[in-house]
Amino acid sequence: MNALMDALVITKRQLLQLARVPEVLIFSTIQPVMFVLLFRYVFGGSIATGDPGGYVQLLMPGIFVQTTAFTLAATASGLAEDMTKGLIDRFRSLPISRSALVFGRTLGDGLLNVVVLAVMGLAGFIVGWRPSSGIFKIGLAFIFLLAFGYSLSWVGIFAGLSARDARVVQNMSFLITFPLTFLSNAFAPTTGMPRPLQYVAEWNPVSTMVAACRELFGLQNHFGATANSFPSQHPLTMSLIYMVVILAIFVPLSVRKYSRANKK
Amino acid sequence: MKSIVAEHLVRTYRNGEVKALDDLSLDVEEGTVLSVLGPNGAGKTTVVRILSTLLTPDSGSATVGGIDVIKHPEKVREIIGLSGQYAAVDETLTGWDNLVMFGRLYHLGKKASIARADELLERFSLTDSARRPIKTYSGGMRRRLDLAASLIVQPKVLFLDEPTTGLDPRGRQEMWGVIEELVKGGVTLLLTTQYLDEADQLADDIIVVDHGKVIARGTSDALKKQVGGERLEVVVDQAHIASTMEAVAKVSGHAASLDEGLRKVSAPVTTGATALIEVLRLLDAAGIHPLDVALKRPSLDDVFMSLTGHVAEDQVIVIDNARGKKKNKNSEAKS
Repeated sequence: MNALMDALVITKRQLLQLARVPEVLIFSTIQPVMFVLLFRYVFGGSIATGDPGGYVQLLMPGIFVQTTAFTLAATASGLAEDMTKGLIDRFRSLPISRSALVFGRTLGDGLLNVVVLAVMGLAGFIVGWRPSSGIFKIGLAFIFLLAFGYSLSWVGIFAGLSARDARVVQNMSFLITFPLTFLSNAFAPTTGMPRPLQYVAEWNPVSTMVAACRELFGLQNHFGATANSFPSQHPLTMSLIYMVVILAIFVPLSVRKYSRANKK
Repeated sequence: MKSIVAEHLVRTYRNGEVKALDDLSLDVEEGTVLSVLGPNGAGKTTVVRILSTLLTPDSGSATVGGIDVIKHPEKVREIIGLSGQYAAVDETLTGWDNLVMFGRLYHLGKKASIARADELLERFSLTDSARRPIKTYSGGMRRRLDLAASLIVQPKVLFLDEPTTGLDPRGRQEMWGVIEELVKGGVTLLLTTQYLDEADQLADDIIVVDHGKVIARGTSDALKKQVGGERLEVVVDQAHIASTMEAVAKVSGHAASLDEGLRKVSAPVTTGATALIEVLRLLDAAGIHPLDVALKRPSLDDVFMSLTGHVAEDQVIVIDNARGKKKNKNSEAKS
């Protein structure tokens, strides 16, 4: 019980940080909204989807997933900053649970995602996004997105604990998340890619997440799978499997790494 | 009763390449202050990190408040306070936010955390800036807040790792005042420092550490005696060297030595400023006008010279310290 309370104190710390420096929250919502607008109006006109709702219907799930994937970078650089500033030493010399700090941070970043997704959803609605599946499925899609962001947050924890410098972590995380989000069906059909890349894109967790969200928002189009493969046929199940696998690997790994942090 | 005991601590880094601690032992009597004195890279921070459970030694044992730091680190954490070389507080939050947060993490409860935060801010003269982000604090204020954060549950044993490194003279004086108050309150304190005068001012006992080993231990008086106390130095014209040596020897009671290149005559003295006056009188009476007269107090370098026969290996860094903060910061990271 204490461990949970400790984690919540850490989460509260992050919310306080946002309250003290509101610019952080403002910019972390402006960026995805900017992506929505750019993609909607720059690419929207040239990509024919065959759907009545147009490109924006396919785009929104893609941008939602991309934004939650960036949680990895946010978590990683936030934690790395604590590490380099010696704050971690203070936390580790306190009589609190070893996992409290990392759990607290993933919760905080998860809460931030709630705000960001809400603002993006609103922006999407304004530019024509109209999910057609009903409130229950739409809600489920958002829960899925939050869960995806949360599991990637744990990869971020591991990355943040591994690196020496906050800036390196930030750049490194973007090096991972950018190809991950673009080598997918998020913004363009995978059918236009060279054959080997199509397979990569198809098994990419970002693609399965995007496809799963499209399904939950009431769309048929999965942006074309290369074959009748498992991920293209069962994107929801596949995404769930990915999240469980990521958490199963990175939660114990990160907690372990945290308790040993700086012991090298 | 001993509050801190460390026995035969060995700790290496990078797979044994760097030996940070090499069979280091120390103990601190309850309610007293031990200063660990040494240059950068001597192993001071490593000792503190082991005793405060942040690091495990390769071999050796240690207890804090009678509790084994390796077997029961979680119990040790309940009775210690740690304030490191960097102000380990959240810079975007205010001083008040930080202290309340740490209070909650010590499981004080909301009301008690707030009360304790207010009390500590008052005590460390930070009440006026309590609601400002730490980012806007001066170096001295940060260190005081960091120290306050380590005192939330009134620790029995306090570890301060170079509490005044990088502070300006005023910040240093303030910090010393705060530490002296704490010591009067009865806390057991282990303090690391690179400055002999700091150890002199604050500590009951001093250990001098070099290359991860204790090379001397004693009170600051005893150590200074070992170094040889102060030296009287007089620089004169070539023509007056002989008579100056005579005068200096007379004041000192020891034979004077001569640095021919610098035409500097020197000898150990024990009477401080009085020796200066005496030698000036003698020289004046003889019609000699010295080019320079100085009373040199023993520095950490002198301690090292006299204890090890070699200059502290991080000599360059010691010089940097005197010049400014920036370089100092880089070298700190290595220690």
